[in-house]
Amino acid sequence: MTADVIDLQDGSAGYDGRLALSGVDLRVEAGEVVAVLGANGSGKSTLVRALLGLLPLSSGRLALFGEPVQRFSHWPRIGYVPQRGGASTGVPATVREVVATGRLARTGLRPMRAADRAAIWRAMDAVGLAHLARTSVATLSGGQQQRVLIARALTCEPDLLVLDEPTAGVDAENQQALATSLGALVGHGATVLLVTHELGPMLPLITRAVTLADGRVLHDGPPPDSDHLHLHDHDHAHPVHDELPSARGSAWGLR
Amino acid sequence: MSALSFEFMQRAALAALLVGLTAPAVGIFLVQRRLALMGDGIGHVALTGVALGFLLGTAPVLTAVIAATIGAVVIELVRQQGRTGGDVALALLFYGGIAGGVLLIGLAPGGSNANLLSYLFGSLTAVSPADVVLICLLSGALLLTLTVVGRQMFAVCHDEEYARVAGLPVRFLNLLLAVMAAVTVTVAMRVVGLLLVSALMVVPVATAQQLVRGFRATVVVALASGVLASVSGVLGSYYLDTAPGALIVVLALGGFAVATLLGTLVRRARRTTDIAAPVGVALLPQEAPR
Repeated sequence: MTADVIDLQDGSAGYDGRLALSGVDLRVEAGEVVAVLGANGSGKSTLVRALLGLLPLSSGRLALFGEPVQRFSHWPRIGYVPQRGGASTGVPATVREVVATGRLARTGLRPMRAADRAAIWRAMDAVGLAHLARTSVATLSGGQQQRVLIARALTCEPDLLVLDEPTAGVDAENQQALATSLGALVGHGATVLLVTHELGPMLPLITRAVTLADGRVLHDGPPPDSDHLHLHDHDHAHPVHDELPSARGSAWGLR
Repeated sequence: MSALSFEFMQRAALAALLVGLTAPAVGIFLVQRRLALMGDGIGHVALTGVALGFLLGTAPVLTAVIAATIGAVVIELVRQQGRTGGDVALALLFYGGIAGGVLLIGLAPGGSNANLLSYLFGSLTAVSPADVVLICLLSGALLLTLTVVGRQMFAVCHDEEYARVAGLPVRFLNLLLAVMAAVTVTVAMRVVGLLLVSALMVVPVATAQQLVRGFRATVVVALASGVLASVSGVLGSYYLDTAPGALIVVLALGGFAVATLLGTLVRRARRTTDIAAPVGVALLPQEAPR
């Protein structure tokens, strides 16, 4: 039996002594596509930062691929797609240059080999940006920049992909393109943890939805059914639907 | 009679060549992280090191390397803390560095204003044979280090959080960059001077950005324009009888102005071509650029 990809038990974490996450249990098995939902300030981003080891747990236990996070060293198995925005730096870089940094998790200090270069091109292909390889990232649209970050995460051929608000500020057409790219990955057996406050075109990919509120798990179960949500707009106590007041309008296309 | 027939000019020209390579090579990472003024701060602190060298009767370059490295590491640690008030702490460090340097040089037996000026703005005759050896060794070490960790450094400067998740030694690379910046400042000190060294780390990078779009391309153009400015500045200052640092920086800024003009013309020409060929553009599934 293979170990869970993510196994968080009673995890708490926070900033400056204030808990943003308290007593959260989250287990993700291989092949699952889990959406983490919740309003702003519900603890979604804190959860992601804790799962990635960027923020130490103040209490609780976390294991990644069956190993305690303190001893975990197989970081190439995890592809992280951070929230876009403010990512521009003082010196312009091309799409290929940014995507290539993802491969460093595998190469370390050794020079890039043919296999590494091939992986970089495959990643750019997977998000449909290979034709823009030599373009400066700063000149791309928001949706394209998001796809660059996904390609960067794909270069190390991860077993788990963690995406933080990948559709925030991305227009409908590009959300669809993102969903298509992600769908292809899921088809190849990738495990995905997707943090979002609007599922949009990602909805058909989701196998499970975890809803956070005030740093606690409020609901953990099958994803919201899109037809159901379209039929019942208000006054209905669907657990996910109801506890997401900020997401209700935009998330399911009910605007 | 050519300037290069003098031995001191040969030394100055060699030092200028190395400084023209190393200063932008390290500076590009500082610019990428939006720490363009860090070289300035390190230069201020290095002056105290120079003065200590005078006072203790040891080689000023050696004490400058030590002081600059300590200063750079302190700056980096303050930055990692990310606290508000960090910039005030840095300001205190900078002013302390330059005031301490001027004070100590005044106290030192061999110290004079001419000496001070040669460290602040560079000097052609200042590069001794021992200095050349040290400059060669240090810039060799810098360039070698960059060829090994350059890609990692790029990743860290581009997106620090992502680099941590990717398992890169982010803290180490940050400190390494600070130390490399300190060494660069000391290497460039004799030729460009402590007050102007930061310009040679930043201006060639800004020049390159006017002309090219990728990081690698920026490195190539920045190194080329850095070498061009520093070597021609050293040679020109022999004929004009000025401080080489000032001429180098003026030339570098001139290069920036020319590059800006060129870049504007090229972009305008490209835009016109795009409008002239709308069919080819329409065939590509492109999104509207922001």
